[in-house]
Amino acid sequence: MTLLRNVIDWLHDRLEWDDLIAPLKKKTVPHHRLSYWYFLGGITLFLFGIQVVTGILLLLYYRPGASEAFESVQYIMTQVQFGWLIRSIHSWSANLMIFTAVAHMFSVLFLKAYRRPRELTWVSGVVLLALVMGFGFSGYLLPWNTLAYFATKVGTEIAGQVPIIGHPIMVFLRGGEEVTGATLTRFFGFHVAVLPGIVVLVILFHLLMVQRQGMSLPPSVEKEWAVNPSSEHETRFFPNFVLRELMAWYVGLGVLGALAAMFPWNLGVKADLFASAPAGIKPEWYFLFMFQTLKLIPSKVWFIDGEVLGIVAFAVAGLLWLLLPFFENDRAARSRRWITGLSVFALAFVITMSVYGYVAK
Amino acid sequence: MSQSKSSGLLLRLLASGVLALTAASLSAQTKNSCLDCHSVLPDKLGVTQETFSHDIHSQKGLTCVSCHGGNAANDDPTQAMSKKAGWKGHIDRRQVPALCGSCHSNPDYMRKFDPTLRTDQLAEYHTSVHGKLLASGDTKVAVCTDCHSVHNLRAPNDPQSTVYPVNIAATCSHCHADAKYMKGYSIPTDQFAKYNTSVHHDALTVRGDLSAPTCTTCHGNHGAVPPGVASVPNVCSTCHVFQAQMYEKSSHKAAFDSAHLPGCVVCHQNHAIVHPTDAKLSAQTGGVCMQCHKPGDKCDQARGQILVKLTQLDVAVKQADQALSAADAAGMDVSEARLGQNEARDSLTKARVAIHSFKPDVIGPYVQAGLNTAGKDLKAGQDAMVERDRRRHGLGFSLIAIGLMVVSLRLYINKIEK
Repeated sequence: MTLLRNVIDWLHDRLEWDDLIAPLKKKTVPHHRLSYWYFLGGITLFLFGIQVVTGILLLLYYRPGASEAFESVQYIMTQVQFGWLIRSIHSWSANLMIFTAVAHMFSVLFLKAYRRPRELTWVSGVVLLALVMGFGFSGYLLPWNTLAYFATKVGTEIAGQVPIIGHPIMVFLRGGEEVTGATLTRFFGFHVAVLPGIVVLVILFHLLMVQRQGMSLPPSVEKEWAVNPSSEHETRFFPNFVLRELMAWYVGLGVLGALAAMFPWNLGVKADLFASAPAGIKPEWYFLFMFQTLKLIPSKVWFIDGEVLGIVAFAVAGLLWLLLPFFENDRAARSRRWITGLSVFALAFVITMSVYGYVAK
Repeated sequence: MSQSKSSGLLLRLLASGVLALTAASLSAQTKNSCLDCHSVLPDKLGVTQETFSHDIHSQKGLTCVSCHGGNAANDDPTQAMSKKAGWKGHIDRRQVPALCGSCHSNPDYMRKFDPTLRTDQLAEYHTSVHGKLLASGDTKVAVCTDCHSVHNLRAPNDPQSTVYPVNIAATCSHCHADAKYMKGYSIPTDQFAKYNTSVHHDALTVRGDLSAPTCTTCHGNHGAVPPGVASVPNVCSTCHVFQAQMYEKSSHKAAFDSAHLPGCVVCHQNHAIVHPTDAKLSAQTGGVCMQCHKPGDKCDQARGQILVKLTQLDVAVKQADQALSAADAAGMDVSEARLGQNEARDSLTKARVAIHSFKPDVIGPYVQAGLNTAGKDLKAGQDAMVERDRRRHGLGFSLIAIGLMVVSLRLYINKIEK
């Protein structure tokens, strides 16, 4: 222990971190009955960290290319020491990260944390969710198995339906008219270079905004504290909140490890470009609600193509969702009720369509 | 000047005359007055433009006149269907093969439509049971139009054709499954029902393998006859090459030949050829060997040895499959061993084919190769389950460590917050 103390002291003399952590020690965060909802953002960040670490480890063996990708992932899973665990954790963590990001978004929505002056935090958060889904879409193809191949084919085809810009976007994503090895190389580039670069910048901005503005207080707690000031309770950010966050991360790690070990992520069958699509092919669960909705829209609505209408509707809804905080006007109470109603509807719609898409043949 | 004007006028007149003649001739060629009446006539006399448009002859430019004679360009029925116009009227059944053969047996004529088309159908037909009976005056037997249909005759590769591979058995069954119609021919009428239970029918209709056998594959089409006892193995061997090679060298070949038994059919039947199982080698019900052999004789002993070997490999393959499925369900990657199982199954198939040698020594090496592969695959499956357990133990220890960490953090937080 004395040796450790000496090392810490030696480092402290040179790095002098007291100044650096002093603001963190002074910083406090509200502590109330709804505080645990605020851990979701931190857990999402933790899972992103896991993705970076496991992703780098997978890169040591993964080879992008139609003739090698599947075999290299198979090699990782069967020959590389703990390769199966790393790949399984990477896949499970990706799914959990999207889940916690969505849960975080809805918790922010229901706890009204998007309100002025946190509009930009919300906007950056929605952008992050879209980027994370982009990670999911691009990463899904990388093992080059049958399901991934056809999911990418269907996904890019849907993108191609967007009026005017759809076809150029589809060709850009695929690296040609069809999903081929060129698409795989391209998606690999998006997945390991383009998206991480953008995501890191947006995460830094998102975290900076959270640190600058502190944590939002839910209106109901705000009211309680206003009525009864003695119930107001703040806790230190460091170490109290950080240690609680750490606890949440450990729980997250336990869940992730259990899922990865008990249900290792299946590799499937290598993609065959000349085979017909397997019956009942579906996208990943986080795209299922959109997929199912597009399936339910009639092929023609009046004179407009049903699929095009659906895609345009989703694009408009996404844009409105991004700008949601800006719809709060001076009559805040009324607009909040309106936004809460919309959020409940959106959540119910996403869950219903996802479940319907899962059970539908 | 005047000469040039008059010659221009003459040219114009000539040109209009030629045009008018061409139009009249085209109209005469395309006009088909037969359909004006026959498209509204009932039953046998009725042929619609829609029906006839699907007929391969219609598509190749032939008309009613090509077979029935007459003058389709004439609107007057009495003149259109006059002897003077060469009208033949209804074609008698006895004349049908010759009429069809007038074109289909003419290589020079048929070459214009399809140079690959055979032109020996009529010659073959004369050698068939149908052709011989027709020549003897039996008009109930099949002629060209009975199998190929008439006025709606489609090419054999058209799925709606009566002679498309999938439809052939049903086409033959129109007569051959009709006990009343077949009365007097002293042949059974259950072939179609039996064929429908066969492995060949399954391959053709369920698996969609158009090369799978149907009636004409074994009996021939235009020269349809039942294969003679001696030629049955030759017929089967067109597809089952290895089985036939082994049978040819086996002791059964000479024994069946001398007893005038129809080779393959003795054990497998003819129309109701069901998927063979190892139970065919059994000495109990379902077995076929003991129909001829006596219990305890040399052949019965060989039968027993073969059955034991095959059962051994079959069980080994199934056990390995089970182990690999369990590993698969546990999320373990056993794809390499799964691939190995294909090899083991191949060995089992080869061993089953080698039964036709009726020699345990010939079957032995295939069985041994299969047992080796299946053994390796079984071990791979068992190893995968051991690895799964090891992972779960590792997970257990990790979760305990994580749990301790969470509890320690909680206690520490409680301590600093007091």
